[in-house]
Formats: sequence, C-alpha cells, structure tokens
Amino acid sequence: MTYPVNPRDIQLTEDGQLKHFLSISGLPKSLLTEILDTAESFANMGEQSVKKVPLLRGKTLVNLFFENSTRTRATFELAAKRLSADVLNLDIKTSSTSKGETLMDTLQNMEAMHADLFVVRHADSGAAHFIASQVTPRVAIINAGDGRHAHPTQAMLDMFTIRRHKGDFAGLKVAIVGDILHSRVARSQIRALNTLGVEEVRLVAPKTLLPVGIEDLGVKLYTRMDEGIRDADVVIMLRLQKERMSGALLPSESEYYRLYGLTTDKLAFAHPDAIVMHPGPINRGVEIESAVADGPRSVILQQVGYGIAIRMAVMSMAVSGQTQERAKI
Amino acid sequence: MRLSILGGRVLDPASKLDRIDDIHIQEGRILQLGKAPAAFHADQVVDAKGLVVTPGFIDLSCHLREPGPSYKGNIASETQAALAGGFTSVCARPDTQPPLDSPAVIRVVREKAEAVAQARVLPLGALTQGLEGQLLTNMSGLKAAGCVALTNMRASIQDQLILRRCMEYAATFDLLLIFYPEEASLAAGGCAHEGAMASQLGLQGIPETAETLALAQQLLLIEQTGIRAHFSHLSSARSVELIRDARKRGLPVTADVAISHLMYNDRYLEAFDSNYHLQPPLRSEADRLALIAALEEGDLSGVSTGHLPHETAAKMAPFAASEPGVSSLETLLPQLLTLVDQQLLSLEQLVASLTSGPASVLDQPLGSLQPGQPADITLFDPEQSWVLDASSGYSAGQNTPCWQQTLKGRVQATLVEGQVSYRLKNSAE
Repeated sequence: MTYPVNPRDIQLTEDGQLKHFLSISGLPKSLLTEILDTAESFANMGEQSVKKVPLLRGKTLVNLFFENSTRTRATFELAAKRLSADVLNLDIKTSSTSKGETLMDTLQNMEAMHADLFVVRHADSGAAHFIASQVTPRVAIINAGDGRHAHPTQAMLDMFTIRRHKGDFAGLKVAIVGDILHSRVARSQIRALNTLGVEEVRLVAPKTLLPVGIEDLGVKLYTRMDEGIRDADVVIMLRLQKERMSGALLPSESEYYRLYGLTTDKLAFAHPDAIVMHPGPINRGVEIESAVADGPRSVILQQVGYGIAIRMAVMSMAVSGQTQERAKI
Repeated sequence: MRLSILGGRVLDPASKLDRIDDIHIQEGRILQLGKAPAAFHADQVVDAKGLVVTPGFIDLSCHLREPGPSYKGNIASETQAALAGGFTSVCARPDTQPPLDSPAVIRVVREKAEAVAQARVLPLGALTQGLEGQLLTNMSGLKAAGCVALTNMRASIQDQLILRRCMEYAATFDLLLIFYPEEASLAAGGCAHEGAMASQLGLQGIPETAETLALAQQLLLIEQTGIRAHFSHLSSARSVELIRDARKRGLPVTADVAISHLMYNDRYLEAFDSNYHLQPPLRSEADRLALIAALEEGDLSGVSTGHLPHETAAKMAPFAASEPGVSSLETLLPQLLTLVDQQLLSLEQLVASLTSGPASVLDQPLGSLQPGQPADITLFDPEQSWVLDASSGYSAGQNTPCWQQTLKGRVQATLVEGQVSYRLKNSAE
C-alpha cells in the first residue's frame, strides 16, 4: 500500500533546507542540530548593546494568532525585530461556524500584502499544514501551536535548554509528566528527543491523560510518578488546564497534585543532577510546588530566554529556504 | 423500443452467469439472453465486445443534496454522476434540508427525480421526525409514498425506549430499517479513528466502541422486535464479527461497507488531507483487510458509495473543521477494481456487491439480468484508464482523493429500463 504523503516533503526544499516549520515530524537530526547551532549564535545577543542583526531587513512577518497567547507572540515579535523584520500582529477571534473561511480569507489577504513569513497559532490540529499546503505555499509558515498536534518552536527551545545544561542528548533519560493527551508541546518534544537520540523518553500520567497508541512514537508509559522519574536526567512538567476536571478526566486538583505534582520529595527520585523544565505558564500547587519551580534545579526562566534565539534561528532559516525556492521559479 | 447488447461478457451473479453473450431488450425489460427470438428486430444495437455487461449498480447510501443547499449538488447533477459511475438506482439519504420525514417531502423528491433524473431514486425515509430521535414519523405514509427503507442516519436515538418503539412500529408495516451505528457520547468531538495516528496528529479520536456499542445494542433490540434491519457503513473488524454472530443466530440482518473503508486506512490522514475526513472514520489497516475479506466471504451484502458531495470551501479548512464526507459515485468502480487487480476480491463478488447484494437487502426486483426483469444494465471497460477532473466528472462534489488522479476501469454506457441513459463521450460506439 502506498501512502500519499511524507510530512517531510512539505517542510523542506529539494536540497533539504527548511522552508516551513510546521512540526518536528519528518525533519532529520542534522536539521534539528542546525537549528540549535544557529540559535546558539543568536543566544547572547540580548546581552549586547545593539540587539539587532539585519538578516530579515525588508521582510514582513505577520503574527496570526487565532488563539490568545501573549507570551509566545511576544517572543516571536521580539525575535523578528532582532532580525530587523517588520512585524504586524493580528489577533483573530474566530467563530466556530466560519473557521475555515475566515482562516482562508484572512491568509489570502495577508499574502496579497506580500508578507514573507506567517507565524500561526490556531486551535485546530493541522491548521499550519493546511495553510502551508493549500493556502499560501510561497509564504514561510512557522507553526506557533496547532490544536493538540505540534508546537515545534517550543520543543526546540526545550532541546536548546537541555543541550545547554546537559551537553549531549545521548544517554539522557527524559520524563514528561502530566496532561499528554491535550499537549501539543509534548508531542513535539517526544519527536525532537527521539530524533536527537536520547536514551529514553518516558511519559508519566494517569491513563485518562495518555493518548491511545502514543507508545508508537517510541516512548515508555508510566502511571506512577516515582517510577516514571526515577533516575531521570530531565523532568518536564506540563501545565494542567482547570477544565480537565469537568470532562471526567480527573477527579480533583488536589488528587492530581498528590499523585503527579512535582514536589521536592518526588524530585528526589530523579537523578541528583536532574533539571526541571516547564513550558509555562506554571500552575503553582497544581502540577509543581513553588519550591521546585523556583529552586536550583529549575531552568524554567532560562527556557523563556532561549525561546527568542530559537525563533530567530527558525525564522531566518525558513525565509532563506523560501527565497531559494522563489529563485528557482 | 427494442435493443440488443451484443458480444459482451455478461456477468450476472443473481443468475450465476458469466459468459460472452447477447442480451435482448423489449419494452424496458430483459426479453432474453443468447439468440434473439425469431420475430425480434432490434431498433438499436450496442456493441459490447471487450466490455463487462452487468445489472445496473444499486447504491444503498447516497446523498443527492436535494432538498438542501444547491451549491453542494442537486438531484440532476448527482443522478447524472450516478449514471456515469454505473449506478441505475440510488438510495437517497433522508438527512437533507428539510429531512425526508414526511410523505409530502418524499413526493417532492420523487417528482423532481422523475423530471430531471434518469437513474432510479429510491428514497430512504427518516425514522423520527426531523431526525431528532423523539417522535415517530408517519411510517405507513412514508412507505406508501415510495420509501424503500427508513433510517435515522448517524443521528442516534439516545432513548432506548424510543428506539424500541421505532422498531416495533416499523415492524407493523414490514419496513426495512437502516442503521448507521454510532454512540454519540463516545464519538462526540472526534474526527479520526482513535489510535496511534490520531494521537500523533493531535486529532480527537472516535473509538471503535462508538460503533460496536451502538451496533450491539441495536442487534439486541432487533432480536427482541424481530424487524428486518440493515447496517450501513461498517468501519471495523469487530463490527463484522457482531454481524456474523447475529446472522448465525438467525437474525434478519445485513450490512454494507462504504467504498472508502475498503480503500484507505487511518494512515492516510498523515498530511491532514481533509478528503480523508469521513464518518465513520477510516480505521486501521487490519480493519480494512477484515472488511474486504467479509465482502469476499459474503458477510457484507454490498458496497455503498457513501457519496456526500461538498463545495470546495467545505474541505478548505484544517482537518477537524472541514466537513466530513467524500464524493464517490464516479470513482467506486475503478476503486473496487483495484482490489480485483490485487486479488483481494473476485470480479464476480465485486459485481454481486453492487447488484444482487443490495437488491436483496432492499427486497426490490432489481439487480438481475433474468428475463422479465427491468433492463437496468451497466457496461464497463475494466481496463480503460482515465482521469477524473472537471471535464470528465458530473458530480457537484470534487471532494475525493481521486480528483485529478488516473483511474483504471470506466463505465461506457448505462441503461435504465432499456433506455441508454448514459453513454461515455467519445466511446467507440
């Protein structure tokens, strides 16, 4: 049986350069490493007196946020400005009935304004793929989160954080704890960690929050926190949305915290040098104890800073890939 | 009007016939096969050399989009597509706007069909008013108006007592009921088979139990009430087992599968192509193979198109936000023929699943080439390659993964009641 697609095709040029950044799926290790290396070259810019490079001078970036996000949008905006791009921010509230039309019409309007880069966040899984394949293939699309599917820039900044603190991916045991079911971050992290060659990716959650068949992505499943984070080098905590109680996924915040909240006691099961990460914003006392979030093992605030460097790297690479594509035509 | 079809491979599973032969037609009915009677002089002769000649195909589940928004299609466009796909009879789904839930609406549809359609339109009536699962429809009146069966489509009847009453009342008139089993609470919000692929793509899953749970409940009530029932669009191996067991117990139940579930599985969703957004969802490869085997073994009585045409914008959206359904009247034959090429299905079983199988489900005098039967006949070339596009297609819906693809196997002509209702442009004849 032949399958019609390879997710890699849509994101890469014929010679393997990035032209959209939609998901980690289908991207080779060499490209992920290139993103991390490129980000490394931008990482210290924030401390310099002139915080700009002219890589995207004359280019226009449009932040298209169909879902609210102040923080992610801000880091994309800052990253674009440091690359000297012009930035337009659009917050688009969509009604559920006309989602598709609004999305298509909005994008085609933006394309007509000759934007070079769209950063898209949308509540539907596959929205970024849809835009890149069907709507505006000549504009570089950066996925800033689509439904439960992917959040690849978040995953890459997490990889950047891990590499900075652990040096190498080989031999690492990484535990991702919490609401895997609804988490686009976790899905992208799993793919990135496995592509970069960690020893083990573990998912820790009650069965209601573990997606069916997720073990096919090469992860070990745990329902007990002590077993799941035992000897882990990296512990990644996920945010728990309050509405999970109403869908009969969990009985209460207090039971969740007792079983899966990362406390100082539970962290003792992990490797003594383990780092603690969280994509933010954190719920203190729900998935993580304040003493851990603010403690010496926590690298949560560093993650935020690295986010700008990663987004600069991905944007400059994708625009460069698109420019090469256009030159061929 | 007298007509002869000469020299084709006549394949009629109902009369266990598969040989090169001639067919002679008079006054809309099959007169006889073989040599023409002495006094018979054909007004028209169709050369069928190299073609397969079968009873006209019957579709158990087709959406004609009328009454309803005309940009999605109408009776004229979709019955023309039916003829081009080899279908001489199509069961028209009742989930139109408004639904086919009263004799008056049925009459409107039938009048429209008589005026513009050359294929037979067999209306399926709604089982409850407005398909809302609360109040019974005028079932006797619907039957008198020409409904061949009643169904509530995927709008499941939540109240089991109401479902039981529906069955009992329908049994009063010996009506066939068609079920599209789906437990709404388990399917709610889902758009893909619950499994590794949906989990990886972040699409909300619809578990197999959404189908099997409803199916099992319905089978138990069927056993209690003794009605004749048909299950349409089965998507899983487990569902086939439930049907097989029920038939072993002697229940008067049959089932079909939609063409897409024989051709594709959930791995096709990998690039979020909304043409694979279907109800029920495409399930695993194991399910697909079990459905093909069940068809070959006769546990499934037919293959339905599940034809659901959409305008382009309905599919131009992220996967979950796109409207489910596929346009398939014109692609079913070449799609099924690929299974014959792969030796997963015999040509005889293919034809039976489109003719004698559906005819027996509906208990209609159709689907056979025996003398005296209505001369509904399909002629196709199993080898001819063609491309489905705006110049070759008739349906208003271009929502199919086969769009602009090369397909092998093409209908050359379709006869309804002895009239050549469709003939392929530029065909040799």
